[in-house]
Amino acid sequence: MPLNAVDLDVGDTRTMVLTDDLTRTQIVQYAGASGDYNPLHTDDLFTREVAGYPGVFAHGMLTMGMTGRLLTDWFGDGRLTAYGVRFVNQVWPGDALTATATVEAIRVDDGVHLADVSVVTTNQDGKPVVTGSATARLDP
Amino acid sequence: MAVERFPVEASHIMMFARSIGDPNPIYYDDEYAAGTEPGRVIAPPTFAQASAQFDPDYFLRPKIGEPWFGSGKNPTGVVREPGSGGGGGGGGLHAEQHFEYHRHVGPGDVLTAAVRKGDTWEKESKRAGKLVFSESITEYRDQHGELVITARSVGVRTEKPVEQ
Repeated sequence: MPLNAVDLDVGDTRTMVLTDDLTRTQIVQYAGASGDYNPLHTDDLFTREVAGYPGVFAHGMLTMGMTGRLLTDWFGDGRLTAYGVRFVNQVWPGDALTATATVEAIRVDDGVHLADVSVVTTNQDGKPVVTGSATARLDP
Repeated sequence: MAVERFPVEASHIMMFARSIGDPNPIYYDDEYAAGTEPGRVIAPPTFAQASAQFDPDYFLRPKIGEPWFGSGKNPTGVVREPGSGGGGGGGGLHAEQHFEYHRHVGPGDVLTAAVRKGDTWEKESKRAGKLVFSESITEYRDQHGELVITARSVGVRTEKPVEQ
């Protein structure tokens, strides 16, 4: 599964459908597992009447976690050395999310082969919800 | 979030991996994991965030015997001060999250998390009014005191709910 630097080129890209219909139950699952019980994500009454949003929306960290699967499936288990994102638009129940990662650079740092990738997850309207970057360790 | 003791546990990793929709057996199957490069079950890349479970003061978890700001009989269980800021419910919204991995953790690791404040800055936005960003840096160390994950988080408080 780990990738060899010689087999990877700048511009290589991978896409993964993360969900075609994000459920409220998955958001509840994430709240329970992560410990982030902010009612904005699971409590529709609070979210509409107190916070002023049309309804509950997903934790940014849920989308970041789902997006991470594309990176670990591509580069291998335990191969990431960095992963960071911005949450640029909210994710709502019913959204369909697709993640795309692109190799931006392949380099050697202190004898370690590394790939820098950009990553973007978009919703069904093509609007980005998460944008970011990651670095993965490669085999020579 | 500052945490004195974050024991990384197998069932917690399994539940976390399920919640992010990742079926990779490296997150729950010891036998499978033994044959992989890490050689054992490891946690998904964003798992460190679940240290919230072990922060006794984490404000986004209901505390037994204390009012909770989510709904029950009423839309919220606490009276909020006027002008306490909209758009975030409890503590604003998450704007950015970055992790650096020095080592990938797994069951049996016992971590601590120390937090320090980073920069604060403001921005005007069309969709949510004045935005106040604040950064925090969390260092996760293992049972040997070794740095395993450095996390940088940026939160934002919005003047009003983000327009859709």
